Amino acid sequence: MELFWLLGIPLTGGIFLALWGYRRNAPEINALFSLLTLAMAALLTVRIVEAGPMMVGNGWFFIDSFNVFLVALTAFVAFTTALFSRPYMRIEQEHGRLNATRLRLYHSSYQIFIGAMLLALTTNNMGILWVAMEAATLATVLLVSLYRTPASLEAAWKYFILCGVGIALALFGTILLYFAAEKVLGSGGNALLWTHLNGVKAQLEPTVLSLAFVFLLVGYGTKVGLAPLHSWLPDAHAEGPTPVSAVLSGLLLNVALYAVMRSKVLVDGALGNDMAGTLMMGFGLLSVVLAAFLIVRQTDVKRMFAYSSIEHMGLITFAFGMGGAVANFAGLLHMTMHSLTKSAIFFAVGHATQKTGTQLMDDIRGLIKTNPTLGWGLMLGTVAILGMPPFGVFASEFLIITTAMHEHPWATPFLLLALGVAFAAIFGKVQPMVFGETELPKLPYQPAQTPVFLHLGLVLMLGLFIPPYLAAWYKQAAHLLGG
Amino acid sequence: MTALAYHLQIVNLLAALLLLISFAMLSQRRVVGLVTLFAWQGAALALSTAIVAWSTGQHHLYYSAAMTLGLKVIAMPWYFYHLVKKLNVNRVVEPMINIPTTMLIGIVLVIFAFNLALPISEMSGTVTRSTLGIAMACVLLAFLMMITRTKAIPQVIGFLSMENGLFFAATSATYGMPLVVELGVALDVLVGVFVLGIFIFQIRETFDSLDLKHMEKLKEK
Repeated sequence: MELFWLLGIPLTGGIFLALWGYRRNAPEINALFSLLTLAMAALLTVRIVEAGPMMVGNGWFFIDSFNVFLVALTAFVAFTTALFSRPYMRIEQEHGRLNATRLRLYHSSYQIFIGAMLLALTTNNMGILWVAMEAATLATVLLVSLYRTPASLEAAWKYFILCGVGIALALFGTILLYFAAEKVLGSGGNALLWTHLNGVKAQLEPTVLSLAFVFLLVGYGTKVGLAPLHSWLPDAHAEGPTPVSAVLSGLLLNVALYAVMRSKVLVDGALGNDMAGTLMMGFGLLSVVLAAFLIVRQTDVKRMFAYSSIEHMGLITFAFGMGGAVANFAGLLHMTMHSLTKSAIFFAVGHATQKTGTQLMDDIRGLIKTNPTLGWGLMLGTVAILGMPPFGVFASEFLIITTAMHEHPWATPFLLLALGVAFAAIFGKVQPMVFGETELPKLPYQPAQTPVFLHLGLVLMLGLFIPPYLAAWYKQAAHLLGG
Repeated sequence: MTALAYHLQIVNLLAALLLLISFAMLSQRRVVGLVTLFAWQGAALALSTAIVAWSTGQHHLYYSAAMTLGLKVIAMPWYFYHLVKKLNVNRVVEPMINIPTTMLIGIVLVIFAFNLALPISEMSGTVTRSTLGIAMACVLLAFLMMITRTKAIPQVIGFLSMENGLFFAATSATYGMPLVVELGVALDVLVGVFVLGIFIFQIRETFDSLDLKHMEKLKEK
């Protein structure tokens, strides 16, 4: 029942906001729908934690501790982003960058995007998973081009075409998966149900499944932002409105990686070797290293943090590729930390760029003087994402690197080098933005900083102390991934 | 080897036609010609799906064929004609790589596709398995078209033609995907074309042209 509402609320919200149009309180209604979704996600989480995995609706939906954790995270970040976007988009409208029609499109698409991601997470059918991923892409294409500037149109077009091609490859992977499954499970809708596939994974044809996984990894990997198919990501993040950057980076990338992981569990079972893991480690490591060196050359603050997202998604993919209980645990933890921290950073960056009217880092100076909360928010967020203790990112990165040292020592120098380069580059660029000299007057309005500090507070708390029930939950999820 | 049944011969013929149309699309310079070829490709796909449905008794394939007919033969080409007329973009356009070279690359891709499909089609139990190689070749050729074209509409037709190839692959390897998935895919494609329509007008408004060469500001620095 909760599940029905979980998927129904964002969908209703999307339709309602499209019909209602942009009235004065549309941002509040948007936040309200997100709050209701969050409440349903919380109820669902409580139920799963108490009663264990469950199937709903004739096996069409399947929820276990792996995806319920992502459902909770998605609903939470979606809600805080809605809170952030409320004042942010109002100011954009006052600056004349957006009008009522575009805001109507924005609010409606936002809800549909959240709904599509939740569907992708909860469905049991690998085909529907594909459909929902594509729907999530389509819902955000017009959001990336919301400002209608030449650069934003170019970014949206790149996003549309590149992710379209990626997702077409994933469809071919799904067809191959169905082809292998049909021999064992018979034709019809059941042959694509993940739970059914998981039950018979040892009997699936290994050659077909390994080929299917290559297509699925490259296809969904395009959406995760894995190098060398990442080139849409920095453009889309930099040119879209900041709330969209926050949900793309914090949520969509996770959902795409979730799709890869579901496939990996099946392929591992069918092949009995670590071909899938090795591939993921390769792609992950390449992304980490490439992104770290590209960060050095960035001048646009949103682009820089977009590359940092590629780096972190690469790290998570690498962790999942290593497999095993500890690495999977670390990967899941890092997913949570990255989502919370990166969206917090985008919130802070959004206000900073809105105030100075530019995204060029050289022109943003002295945030600490114009608005201390904003300055500290950005600084703390940056310190957190760079993996400094006591923030939670430190714990997960530490776990990933120590596991890598144990199991794949050859990879450790690359990882450490990349993390070091990224640290120096990002810290060196953010520091003058926060502490530099400025002549700009103080902010005329109070920025919406509650979401920033809420997220950072959570990251800090999880860095200092992971409550036992949460740790047990992560362990259970890590076990499901084959730990 | 026994002679193939009549209907299977027709399916094979249509598969060959599909491949031929893919090559024709690669060499087509005009946008309107491209739309027409795309409609024909859809028609060949719908017909072959219907024949497979009839000869194997897989009823859900009829829906799939009807959807292809409705969307890819009637609705989308009509919409594209409308766009081309309204935007007045039907000029001769040279692709980035000249056409004879593109054709040669295309032939290499076809050989590659047949090699890739061989192990899979040997495992397949369907009567149409021999066409899997052609389906993969169509996917790769459409991909090539997307790479070599710089205009917005040809790129999208390339994308849709890729989708055609994928549907054909699904039909020949497994008699199609489960119905609900096919419906979902069709819905996504429909929404995608709709989004594209809005998008093309936005591009036109901002750049005063549909040539994507103007869109080269965002480069990896």
